Amino acid sequence: MSDLIAYYTAHSDMVFTAIQEHILISLTAVCFGFLVASPAGIALTKHPRTAAIVLGFFSAVNTIPSIVLLGVAMMILGIGFWPSTAVLFLYSLLPIMRNTYTGITGVDEKYIKAARGMGMSRVQILTKVQIPLALPVIIAGIRLSAIYIISWATLSAFIGAGGLGDLIWMGLQSYNFNLVLCGAIPATLLALAASGLLTFAENMASRTLHRGGDAA
Amino acid sequence: MSLATALFTHLEMSFLGVLMGCIVGILLATLLKDKAGASKIVFTVIDIIQTIPTLAMLIFLMLVFGLNNTTVIIAIFLYSLFPITRNTYVGLANVPEGVLRAGRGLGMTNLQLYLRVELPIALPVILSGLRLAIISALGIATTGVFIGAGGLGMLIWRGIQTRNMAMLLSGAVPVSAMAILFEILFTYIEKKLTNRTSQKRKGEL
Repeated sequence: MSDLIAYYTAHSDMVFTAIQEHILISLTAVCFGFLVASPAGIALTKHPRTAAIVLGFFSAVNTIPSIVLLGVAMMILGIGFWPSTAVLFLYSLLPIMRNTYTGITGVDEKYIKAARGMGMSRVQILTKVQIPLALPVIIAGIRLSAIYIISWATLSAFIGAGGLGDLIWMGLQSYNFNLVLCGAIPATLLALAASGLLTFAENMASRTLHRGGDAA
Repeated sequence: MSLATALFTHLEMSFLGVLMGCIVGILLATLLKDKAGASKIVFTVIDIIQTIPTLAMLIFLMLVFGLNNTTVIIAIFLYSLFPITRNTYVGLANVPEGVLRAGRGLGMTNLQLYLRVELPIALPVILSGLRLAIISALGIATTGVFIGAGGLGMLIWRGIQTRNMAMLLSGAVPVSAMAILFEILFTYIEKKLTNRTSQKRKGEL
């Protein structure tokens, strides 16, 4: 243990850079995932039949082990940041899209009727009623995505994307377990932090709802 | 290593891990029934386990169990706890009170009630947890190659290292096909069973 701490203090720069790379890869993938998947999830609520097909397709994609798609992406797109980010982006879509879809379709019909009765337009109903009510579920989807992506980003080091997986890989190859742990421990903490942060956001979103929405 | 051996090792690791997860998970959920305080603690722990990145988990376990298949099996076991325990717990909690009373009225013992009423009614939900566990197990077993385990991950990794697409696909196609197959099979069984019992329950994964 003291061995590990000594190793870490001697190499803290390297670990820090790896953490930054890791955050950058994960954040890019999840942000793009969110930008695509949440509008897509909302759009799908208008087309239930297409929704079944699209969500089914992405659940099939998500059952494929990540190293497979990372490997294929490397062969086609080469090594580096973008091929692995592209694969992680693909994986981040399903949880966000599915939760947006179930969140919005799960909004009780009576609220929508009430909003329509108040003369709200479709866009107003979506932005002022449906999205706020579905927000906790949508955030839960983002949390799921983020946890997966942080985990799988450790694998993307194997196709040259850098990040904490790099330290794990270098350590494994040289039987340097201090180095391996310098990758594995921050990766775990990062996943736990992201999970904690988004759980907090989720709770905040549902609390805001219950405070303002008791009239419902 | 031939494809058949790799396939066999892969399935062996996945099934053993999930089997352990089933035994422990279902027992745990049964013990936790009606104990809100204890459940909260246990589920927090399981939730944290679930959040640990796969590769990091394999590394931590490797330090204890060494570079071999056992480490992968233990990791699969740990990750399968979340979906199986959670879904069994939810399934058991949602058995309608009336059915339980009817069973008791028929003179069933607690054990009979559990085996003949509660478990069968919770079965579709438990199966849905099992499906999630098996699919993630196949993925974890693939990642196992990095800590020296066998399985289809080995073919995939060799393919990546030698830039040999055919080699990569010889591992990737079976593993992906199995995952998708399990997904379809289990979804089908769940649907059949759910139609027989009732709708999706709140809190189910």
